[in-house]
Amino acid sequence: MTEPILSVRNLQVEFASRRGTLRAIDGVSFDIAKGEVLGVVGESGAGKSVTGLAVIGLIDPPGRIAGGEIHLAGLRIDNLPPEEMRRIRGKRIGMIFQDPLTSLNPLYRVGDQIIETIRTHLNLSETAARRRAIDLLAEVGIPAPEKRIDGYPHEFSGGMRQRVVIALAICAEPELIIADEPTTALDVSVQAQIISLIKRLGRDHGTAVMLVTHDMGVIAETSDRVAVMYAGRVAEIGPVQDVVKNPLHPYAKGLMGAIPTLAGDDKRLMQIPGSMPRLSAIPRGCSFNPRCAFVFDRCRVDRPEPLPRGAQSVACHLYDSVPAESAA
Amino acid sequence: MLAFTLRRAVQAIGVMFAVGIIAFSMFRFAGDPVNQIVSIDTSAAEREAVRKSLGLDDPVPVQFVRYFADAAQFKFGVSYQFRQPVSTLLMERMPATLELAICATVFAMVFGILMGVYSALRRDTMLAKLFQAVSLIGISLPTFLIGILLIYLFAVTLGWLPSFGRGEVVKLGWWSTGLLTLSGLKALIMPSITLGLFQMTLIMRLVRAEMLEVLRTDYIRFARARGLTTRAIHFGHALKNTLIPVITVAGLQFGSVIAFSIITETVFQWPGMGLLFVQAVQNVDIPIMAAYLLMVSLIFVTINLVVDILYTVVDPRLRATVGRAT
Repeated sequence: MTEPILSVRNLQVEFASRRGTLRAIDGVSFDIAKGEVLGVVGESGAGKSVTGLAVIGLIDPPGRIAGGEIHLAGLRIDNLPPEEMRRIRGKRIGMIFQDPLTSLNPLYRVGDQIIETIRTHLNLSETAARRRAIDLLAEVGIPAPEKRIDGYPHEFSGGMRQRVVIALAICAEPELIIADEPTTALDVSVQAQIISLIKRLGRDHGTAVMLVTHDMGVIAETSDRVAVMYAGRVAEIGPVQDVVKNPLHPYAKGLMGAIPTLAGDDKRLMQIPGSMPRLSAIPRGCSFNPRCAFVFDRCRVDRPEPLPRGAQSVACHLYDSVPAESAA
Repeated sequence: MLAFTLRRAVQAIGVMFAVGIIAFSMFRFAGDPVNQIVSIDTSAAEREAVRKSLGLDDPVPVQFVRYFADAAQFKFGVSYQFRQPVSTLLMERMPATLELAICATVFAMVFGILMGVYSALRRDTMLAKLFQAVSLIGISLPTFLIGILLIYLFAVTLGWLPSFGRGEVVKLGWWSTGLLTLSGLKALIMPSITLGLFQMTLIMRLVRAEMLEVLRTDYIRFARARGLTTRAIHFGHALKNTLIPVITVAGLQFGSVIAFSIITETVFQWPGMGLLFVQAVQNVDIPIMAAYLLMVSLIFVTINLVVDILYTVVDPRLRATVGRAT
């Protein structure tokens, strides 16, 4: 197996607060291979976005990476000096944020923002950068790019602005794109276009994509693999068909059971009782234990470590010391 | 854009008309102007003659139209105390006030923005905290007290700077400037600081608050995620967005700087319009008071107009709405 583009090992992110240190990410590990799309899914506050920010090195104080390692194509990047990390951001890792309406600086033409980014990372002349910016806008599907390049952000619709944001994220041909809820703020019809655009770009350029979302539909459509996060940990990770069709972790089962089907059968959707614990009150043992239907004594004491189950990996005591055949 | 400017200009004329009514009514309600001109032992017949020669026996609307038509041509009548046309007196003193106001505003803008940006970017340093403390003093101390303290320190105790006046001035046409001589420049320092200190602290606090606000926005986070240099983010992306409200405040404050230079001019005996106004109040010199009111209003209205236009230059979003509205 070739070396993954992104490799996160036992990542821990902490936020210092008045009531003590809160651990937002606690021992998260995953890999993303070249050209692969990893979906990261979970409830609000599960640590999806923080994981993305940690990878690109934008965790702001009072937050900090407290432990673990992040490798980008073999290079350890979690402990780089700020200036070296800055050179990686935008050049080797591109990021797309949730709200395209606020991601662009309203006072600058979109072209100037793209050209500025290109010239920060690539040694190009103003005219060459402008040509490249027009090509990029064309590539992300903006009609008449040579005219639109001189438009201001407010002259673009939400979907078009997200395309501009994507053009900005890919303008230096990064190896990895982190898309943090890229479609949440968009209309459903536009969502599909943006998703297929991200997918196409990943395929055409061999870019690895980390797609953070809480929308299982988006994950199922786009991702090769999916990581289910809960309370700062990865509950389950595996190929998307496996996790969607045959979720192992009780929390993942709950999530998949909560997706409405188009068949329209009148059965009530499954629902997970309770809500995710606050960071200041994460229970001992498995953080899911107070809400879990299969909870037993060990879950309240020991923290489950990820266990490989075929192509999947699950952090649940149900699967510990049980032979793979008799499980599920 | 042109239609927008024209519409604002028409509004400005409306405001000036209203101010004109107030200025005019000062003549009617602040005593009989004839009494101000003639001496005590003037006969009633002579008084009537003066009244007639000044047109004061005409119906009020006729007088008002005449006054307004004259004022529009910068003819404000004759000062009671100086026996000179008011416009000549104002013209003589305007350069002094404008130079002082411009220096004070430049001082306030430069230091206000620098200190504001610094205390936003290096929030936790000692210097930033010092700026915050000093700004509190600048906002709460009355102008005249700052002036007197400065005079005591730099003029009386240390003897570095003159305590009053403009120093030597050079005539450039009708404009007299103190910017070209050493004594003129030295004389300008303390009044400018006194007049600009309040604006400086205001701008500093505004810039700091706005900058902190802007640095939290998504587009700044996205700019960082694109790997732009810190310098480009802070001074290209953040500062430009910060300056929009600063333009408004600094612009509007420039009007108040001129209007409130009265106090500073009195403290430093600065031969400007403000000092002229204070003398006029003491001597019930209504033509000067009315003219000063009109001049200050004109400056305010003009600045408002310029600020509105500047806005659209800085913020493209306004250009669009302005274009659509017309």
